[in-house]
Amino acid sequence: MHNSPAATATHEAHQNPAHLHHFATAQQQKDAASLGMWLFLVTEVMFFGGMFCAYLVYRYWYFGDFGAASKSLAIELGAVNTAVLICSSLTVAMAVRCAQVGKQKAMVVYLLLTIALGLAFLGIKGIEYREKFVQHHVPGQASFHLDEHIPGHPDTPVNQQHAQVYFSLYFAMTGMHALHMIIGVGLFAFLTYQAWKGAYSPEYYTPVENAVLYWHFVDIVWIYLFPLLYLIDRHP
Amino acid sequence: MATAVVEPGERETYLNREYGIKSWLLTVDHKRIALLYLAGITFFFFIGGFFALLIRLELLTPAGDLVQADTYNKLFTMHGQVMIFFFLIPAVPAVLGNFLIPIMIGAKDLAFPRINLLSWYLYIIAGALMLYTILAGGVDTGWTFYVPLSTEFLKTNVITAAVAVFISGFSSIFTGLNFIVTIHRMRAPGMTWNRLPLFVWAHYATSIIQVLGTPVVAIAIVLVALERLFHLGIFNPTLGGDPLLFQHLFWFYSHPAVYIMIVPGMGIVSEVVCCFSRKRIFGYQAMAMALLGIAVVGFLVWAHHMFVAGISVYAALIFSLLSYFVAVPSAIKVFNWTSTMYKGSITYQTPMLYAFGFIGLFTIGGLTGLFLAALGIDIHVTDTYFVVAHFHYIMVGGMVMAYMAGMHFWWPKISGRMYPEGWGRLAALIVFIGFNLTFFPQFILGYMGMPRRYWDYSRAPEFQILNVLSTAGATILAVGYLLPMVYFLWSMRYGKPAPDNPWNAAGLEWTIPSPPSTFNFDEQPVVTWEAYNYDEIKGEVPVAQ
Repeated sequence: MHNSPAATATHEAHQNPAHLHHFATAQQQKDAASLGMWLFLVTEVMFFGGMFCAYLVYRYWYFGDFGAASKSLAIELGAVNTAVLICSSLTVAMAVRCAQVGKQKAMVVYLLLTIALGLAFLGIKGIEYREKFVQHHVPGQASFHLDEHIPGHPDTPVNQQHAQVYFSLYFAMTGMHALHMIIGVGLFAFLTYQAWKGAYSPEYYTPVENAVLYWHFVDIVWIYLFPLLYLIDRHP
Repeated sequence: MATAVVEPGERETYLNREYGIKSWLLTVDHKRIALLYLAGITFFFFIGGFFALLIRLELLTPAGDLVQADTYNKLFTMHGQVMIFFFLIPAVPAVLGNFLIPIMIGAKDLAFPRINLLSWYLYIIAGALMLYTILAGGVDTGWTFYVPLSTEFLKTNVITAAVAVFISGFSSIFTGLNFIVTIHRMRAPGMTWNRLPLFVWAHYATSIIQVLGTPVVAIAIVLVALERLFHLGIFNPTLGGDPLLFQHLFWFYSHPAVYIMIVPGMGIVSEVVCCFSRKRIFGYQAMAMALLGIAVVGFLVWAHHMFVAGISVYAALIFSLLSYFVAVPSAIKVFNWTSTMYKGSITYQTPMLYAFGFIGLFTIGGLTGLFLAALGIDIHVTDTYFVVAHFHYIMVGGMVMAYMAGMHFWWPKISGRMYPEGWGRLAALIVFIGFNLTFFPQFILGYMGMPRRYWDYSRAPEFQILNVLSTAGATILAVGYLLPMVYFLWSMRYGKPAPDNPWNAAGLEWTIPSPPSTFNFDEQPVVTWEAYNYDEIKGEVPVAQ
């Protein structure tokens, strides 16, 4: 039977202009924002969960076709992109750290670096998408053709319909992920501007922290997408 | 324009603090946002009701003579989509929950007032898109968007309807998220979890469903739109995609969505029953846990909508059994409301009449739900009017009754005026009679084999008499819903000024003036009492005027 945070806190003087009047304390406000962000990430997990569920069903049904189709992806570009995203995770983490210790300029630099890495990811993803169009690996097009064999069965060509299911999932999942990246880049552009104006301080950096949580989430989605889409049938 | 224009001697309230259109459209006050929602929700209620009346008029005669078959398909589709996504799901949380939750827990506002306003704008954008869909020729997928009908075959406005539902889903998610954070972080000193009014518990349970369920239907609908636009093949059977997968994703949300609609109503009924019985709620903790139980078990029963869709018989058995489990917390609630009334000093004001209606009709709707959870009976009555009658007993007999109970109960607090009690009781009676006359014949029709979604039953003219009764009932029901609309508006100008606590009720919302001031409480309230402490409150409900 715990009391709410308001129970233990008295009205302190509202020194911070970012402190909204309906919260008793700045700490209560920060806790609320943080809980809200985590709940939002839960909704995101459920959102992507629907597509992962579809992937699971079809990977089980069309095991060989999925393996064959995954081989047509450009694994080098996918690997580079994975590295790019992991680096961006580091730079956003550094940005939060700088906010905590009050290094304004370094925070701006790290945020700009993150934006650059995010854009690099999207650029490489664009090259991959273009390749798919050139190779006629786009589902729903009359020209769709995938010239692969079922792994382990060199005489069995891949089922063209089932391969299209794979590429439908590929475009839906990576496309939704890319959309989240674009939103994230926009978010960081706004935060960079705010940070450059000096809106954040060691006392108040909640927006930075929450945007970074979002960015880490988007990274983690990719960490699952990369093996499921690129690595399921690679052998040395 | 937006200046304070409080006359000397007049108390400043959230209503008269500022005037002008800007002071409403840019407000972050949860009470004003609740009223913004009230306007939108009332509008869509009457749009959806208009479609329902057209459906009932078509079925007055066996021949399909009033509208074309395609038009009829559009009518029941848009009736469903408007009523579910733009009335039933947002109504109680976004209007009454928005207004009352911060006050009931002793807070100045929701945790995220601007997100609250954003969610209203999302609702309005989604509503505008829905209106556009209607005016541009409508949509005829059925409210469920089943594939491949919606992706491969129909030429109607599926995309705009899908986008409208998608956006309204985000509005719903943000409301739920806001409530969860508010209830966790904004409670007044002494307002422990075990002292929360059940209305707040009910919204907590509802919000969990909104946050966990809505994203799943969102992605399912996005994939439908992508299949239509770019011919992706995730559900397309000609590519090896599985239409049943769509149904699983759709019902994973849309069954729990039923509880998004009914659970807040259970919260209202708990408040009303206690007040007009002058008693503490019977089994407070069981009631709170039953609400959470419904939310949790509700996530495990979705495939009972798919018994005849071709799922395996073992899956059907499991989902049948799990569906029975929902009856346990639901029964706890019905028995505890009844036990609360036992030996209470009951008075029969309008909110209590609606609460009586709720308990009886919800019980009938719930029990017929058990018929449908039983595999054998379900196969007999699948896609008949029995199903239609069952869910209207829950949605209209349950949720709308509770909404009306809540609107009457808290109208004095919201508007600062009393509604005319005599007219209120009359309307409650008319609604009850009209409702049963509309939907009880549909149980019989369905059991006799009349399918739903048919616009012509000229091969079975023996169904006409029951259909005539149902249409007559719908007309009476329409009168019952128009009446409160009229006298609520009338009371805003001519109603008697409401005292702070017209029902002599328990709860923080009755300790502040009617209507409240902008920040609800002048001083931080400290709670030292349990919920529903009617044994400590002297006096009865004041006798109606």
